[in-house]
Amino acid sequence: MAEVEETLKRIQSQKGVQGIIIINAEGIPIKSTLDNSSTVQYAGLLHQLVMKTRSTVRDLDPQNDLTFLRVRSKKNEIMIAPDKDYFLIVIQNPSD
Amino acid sequence: MEIVYVYVKKRSEFGRPCYFSDRPAELHADLLPDAALAATFLARDPCDVGAQCAPDVSEHEVNTERFESESRGINHVEGGWPKDVNPQEMEQTIRFRKKVEKDENYMNTIMQLGTLMEHSIKQNNAIDIYQEYFEEEDEEDEEEVTDAKEQPAAKTINVFRDPNEVKRTASSLSWHPDGNHKLAVAYSCLEFQRAPKDMSFDSYIWDIENPNRPELTLKPVSPLVSLEYNPKDSHILLGGSYNGQIAYWDTRKGGQPVEMSAIEHSHRDPVYKVIWLQSKTGTDAFSTSTDGQVLWWDIRKMSEPTERLVLDLSRKENLENALTAVSLEFEPTMPTKFMVGTEQGLVVSCNRKAKTPAEKIVCTYSGHHGPIYALQRNPFFPKYFLTVADWTARIWSEDIKESSIMWTKYHMAYLMDGCWSPVRPSVFFTVKMDGTLDAWDFLFKRNDPTLSVKVCDEALCSLRVQDNGRLLACGSQLGTATLLEISPGLCTMQRNEKTLATAMAEREAKREKILEARQREMRLKERSRSEQSKEDESRELDGEVTTEDLVARAEKDFFQIVEAELKKMEKDKEDEKVGWKMCCKLLDQNHTLNLTVVSLAELRSTSLFWHHLVGQVSMVTLDLNELRWSH
Repeated sequence: MAEVEETLKRIQSQKGVQGIIIINAEGIPIKSTLDNSSTVQYAGLLHQLVMKTRSTVRDLDPQNDLTFLRVRSKKNEIMIAPDKDYFLIVIQNPSD
Repeated sequence: MEIVYVYVKKRSEFGRPCYFSDRPAELHADLLPDAALAATFLARDPCDVGAQCAPDVSEHEVNTERFESESRGINHVEGGWPKDVNPQEMEQTIRFRKKVEKDENYMNTIMQLGTLMEHSIKQNNAIDIYQEYFEEEDEEDEEEVTDAKEQPAAKTINVFRDPNEVKRTASSLSWHPDGNHKLAVAYSCLEFQRAPKDMSFDSYIWDIENPNRPELTLKPVSPLVSLEYNPKDSHILLGGSYNGQIAYWDTRKGGQPVEMSAIEHSHRDPVYKVIWLQSKTGTDAFSTSTDGQVLWWDIRKMSEPTERLVLDLSRKENLENALTAVSLEFEPTMPTKFMVGTEQGLVVSCNRKAKTPAEKIVCTYSGHHGPIYALQRNPFFPKYFLTVADWTARIWSEDIKESSIMWTKYHMAYLMDGCWSPVRPSVFFTVKMDGTLDAWDFLFKRNDPTLSVKVCDEALCSLRVQDNGRLLACGSQLGTATLLEISPGLCTMQRNEKTLATAMAEREAKREKILEARQREMRLKERSRSEQSKEDESRELDGEVTTEDLVARAEKDFFQIVEAELKKMEKDKEDEKVGWKMCCKLLDQNHTLNLTVVSLAELRSTSLFWHHLVGQVSMVTLDLNELRWSH
């Protein structure tokens, strides 16, 4: 429990990190550093995106699987680390 | 040789029913090959015959039906919570979350993902992977590349169709002054008395992103022929209608006109053009129509025009003699002058500040054969203006009144509208009745348009370029307004373009001036000659000379001239031979030639090409009165 907290704190202290969200496989946000409405929005939208991406990767090659997803936009970068049961989402403002 | 077969039937047997029967073939004529005829033919060997083994294909075009889309929003509700947890209750959700956090699996997963994520974050922080190197060089390269390779092109972005059943012509277009996201289109039926009874009078304002439905409908009393946004206040539009009235709308107040001009004081014919004027109040405008008047209005008081001008060239304010106007031109940088294009093919330049109506009309420019549908000054060089009429488009200089300084060739279809590009001084666009849009660049090519795009099958009646020069809208006879985007080559200003355009225009203007001067000279000569001959004639008439003597004299004169010419030619030939010999000598000596040798020979040459000869004699051509010398 403490290690989890420590890990998250370490991530939060990195340069440019705006927020962290952890969601479970059903899209329910477990932990978040952002406000509730943003969390819910990110959770809902990114959950669907990860599902779609994963199925795409597996369709192209059934042996393959999604390990990491980065969505870079004009204002920031959304990084999603997916797992079987949980997703870790970090929103960062890149170095420039 | 005729082969004849006579079929005989008895008259008494006519009309009898036919009994068909089968019999073997009978040989009626047998043509044997005639060996003598073979002599008249040539055997062809080898014979070249093309053969191809390929499947037969045919070309088909399919266009899908127009897809109507509507924007709708979706309301998201939080979901995914297990059945026993009510998402609204804070306690339950918190409890659920705490439970999950205590899970072993959760902790392990997060540790793993955490390390992975940290790695990516640090990557991001270390270096920006999308940084552009050599951005400026890239741009330069791109510029050069586009200059050399890119073909000018126009792409259709959107098509706005008239939603009514009965299609009317899109007679006028106006872009929204700020932001350019809206386009106002005036629809009317310009053919005299051909407007069907149930034709709608509405005109529309379209948002260029949404071609399915117009943003606002303007409902005038009579269809609008021309429509303009007020450049100062983007909510006000002024429209000239088919029955001669002017009306103005405020888009904040809806589709009904805010005020209309009084019928008694309006035009008697459709108002073909309205233009907003530059004034402190931003409410002045003027309009023109085929009834021969130009009226000035203040939109705050539409009951009667503030000023009136009758386009009567004899300056007598006579409406019957007036020229009928179809287009107007006003440039905010020159507020006292304006120009009117007439149906008679004349452009009338007028001065607004003249004291008496007689002085209002300053001068006219003639040269077109048909009504002048478009008239616009060059936004960069107001001294030059473009007129579009009949089958040509012409560019005029204000000082030269006899003819235009540049013109396009005569096209097959009538030109309906045209305008300058607001970003490039040498580019202008025209639309024709066969549905093509032409983009002309007079610095690049004068004979043909730089770009010619067939926009639609029906006639294109109006054209307007957006202020950024990139987008153009053209309206067609069936009410379709097409939005086109032109390639960057035609809307980015090239280096030195302004100076080149000025130089070209000045050169053409000078040419016209010289031609004018020459013409004047010739006219003077003619006049003096005719006067002289009149004197001569009168003298001879005194001496009772008959026509035969005149003929004889004419013959004598003619032969004299011919002989003089012949002598001159012979003299030239000799001179030339001498000159040529000298030239040849020089050629051998140092392989180069000076023009001074030419002057010695006094050759009446029209063009001489002397090449620097290097070792061998290359093409040296002399064009001189049908004598051609070439090695």
